[in-house]
Amino acid sequence: MKELLQKLTQVPSPSGYESAIREVILSEIKPHVSEIRVDTMGNLIVRKGARTEGGLRIMIAAHMDEIGVIVSHIEKNGLARFSNIGSVFPRYLAGSRVRFLNGVIGVVDSDKPHDLSKLQPISQFFIDTGATSEKESPVKPGDLGVFDREFVDFGQRVVSKAMDDRASCALVIEAIKRLSSTPHELNFVFSVQEEVQSRGATTAAYGLDLDLGIAVDVTPVGNIGGMKMQVNLGDGPAIKIRDVGFIADPRVVDWMIATAKKARIPHQLEVLTIGTTDARVMQISRAGMMSGVLSIPCRYVHSPSEMIDMNDYEHSIDLLVALLSNPFPLEK
Amino acid sequence: METRKNRMSTSQIKLLEELSNAVGVSGDEGRIRQIVRREIEPYVDEIKVDAMGNLLAVKHAARPDAPRILLAAHMDEVGFMLVQEDGDGLFAFEPVGGIDPRQLLAKPVLVGKDSIPGVIGGKPIHLSNPDERKNAPSLESMRIDIGPAGKASPGDYATFATRFQRRGDSLFGKALDDRMGVASLIELARDNPGTLEILFAFTVQEEVGLRGARVAAFDFEPEMAFVIDSTPAFDLPLPEDVENTQYNCKLGGGPAIYLSDAGTLSDPRLIQFLVRLAEENRIPYQFRQPGGGGTDAGAIHITRRGIPSVSISIPGRYAHTPILHAKLSDWQKTLTLLRLVIRHADRSILEYHR
Repeated sequence: MKELLQKLTQVPSPSGYESAIREVILSEIKPHVSEIRVDTMGNLIVRKGARTEGGLRIMIAAHMDEIGVIVSHIEKNGLARFSNIGSVFPRYLAGSRVRFLNGVIGVVDSDKPHDLSKLQPISQFFIDTGATSEKESPVKPGDLGVFDREFVDFGQRVVSKAMDDRASCALVIEAIKRLSSTPHELNFVFSVQEEVQSRGATTAAYGLDLDLGIAVDVTPVGNIGGMKMQVNLGDGPAIKIRDVGFIADPRVVDWMIATAKKARIPHQLEVLTIGTTDARVMQISRAGMMSGVLSIPCRYVHSPSEMIDMNDYEHSIDLLVALLSNPFPLEK
Repeated sequence: METRKNRMSTSQIKLLEELSNAVGVSGDEGRIRQIVRREIEPYVDEIKVDAMGNLLAVKHAARPDAPRILLAAHMDEVGFMLVQEDGDGLFAFEPVGGIDPRQLLAKPVLVGKDSIPGVIGGKPIHLSNPDERKNAPSLESMRIDIGPAGKASPGDYATFATRFQRRGDSLFGKALDDRMGVASLIELARDNPGTLEILFAFTVQEEVGLRGARVAAFDFEPEMAFVIDSTPAFDLPLPEDVENTQYNCKLGGGPAIYLSDAGTLSDPRLIQFLVRLAEENRIPYQFRQPGGGGTDAGAIHITRRGIPSVSISIPGRYAHTPILHAKLSDWQKTLTLLRLVIRHADRSILEYHR
């Protein structure tokens, strides 16, 4: 189970450039699904099951992309200036390493700060690829990279770059493999460009036009670093109530809670005050789609070292399988 | 492709002058639309004004089942709207689109449908102290002054009064963002390769949130989209030991191809297509530095099931101020590249997945 997490998190695929991770995911799920396609934006959409009595047409989204950098200028001395792809926090930058899609590694540092009490903007950071001049630079403007950090197995907890959202990709893959029967038509969307306002889920949701949506994503946790939040690492999958861009459909929330209770899966409720997920755009696509979010608690989200707890992960798989195996209790 | 045939003619520059001088602030693009209609109507097969005010035109391909390609440029410009009359010809106002208040004081403006001359008044140096002069003035402290004889009312639009001028390779004018794009699309409408179904969207309300492009793209549902806009060049000299790393793009550097902005990650397949065309035909080009900002592509590419999109901008210094400085040669190179686009774009560009 950790092997798949390690495999997926280590693939470099920033927003807009997801072809590498898409190939890896495709190779994992190919034998287990009935229909596979890649849409215009690059979303990988696979189908499993057919709608029967009491079933719905459901979209399950986990995003393939990760935050990253894009080169904007090569200085005469060979240093690369860059811009962010997605929410890259300057506080994590200095001292980190970047891996470009062409394999080049670079180290990140900043211009000498004028005021140590203030965070510097990204424009004051640069990437050093070891090049001695602009001409020798192994990267050029437009080249993309991601944060480079290996997978570490602590036992119960694991850490890597891109747990956001490869942990969800991995858990959805596991759920696809385990699902034996479903009353629903399940449309799994491994979405692109979530980190840049969920652009992939926007077009995928429009194209599919379904009844119910579940986004699977990581969520930050409270109880460390002064973050006001009830979600704890290790307390089980989080059922989202609300985030900055989204209020979960109470019917979906109730269904998730009831399913977790029935299957005796530990779970917690999530109210997030920073960030949002693909469910934001799914819910308001076309004439609207009932939507909810299954979240994996994660420490240090959008840092190069994102940590999850394997108990949360395994219980999240159990919950997703339980949800998708049973009918949705529609109002009469 | 740098042939005599590709040089901009006097009549093309005259048309750009007319477009630049015409007033069409976001939401009030009628006058621009009239010019565009007059210029393209004889050359296109279909033309209509949609519910938002976009001018949408179609030029059919010579063969059925040709790829449907969208070319978009926005007709609107940034400006002002009067919000309150304070008497004596003085009006409080709000900006329409992104405008930096520091650039407003003492600027001549044109107000309302009759283009009444006025000025955004500033405190004269006689009366201001050195401290005041260090701070940015607030919008609330400014008024548009048309004098008591002028007739205007809250709800009227206003814009900068700058007249178009050409000096050699340099073009100066208001609203060249994006009337150069509009003028480019007019040229392309007159061109006729016949290989593509070409969909022209002269869009409204780009400067206030890409509102026109959203519905235009929904209506057309094209297979790919090229957005022609204007992007700032911030390439003024810096002290000798300082390297300019944040210039966005450079005047004279040719068409600026977008990679990443606040609204779009350009489709890499279309970026590669443009780069290949430019390199094979020795057209100088540049990448607009990845960063913030955005174009109509931000709305177009996420419309319906997704539309592969890329933006190409003509560089211009001092965008969204009373005067923008662009280069005729950059416009010409951009147009040359676009003429190649409508000759060579086909479905093979998209035959592999993004």
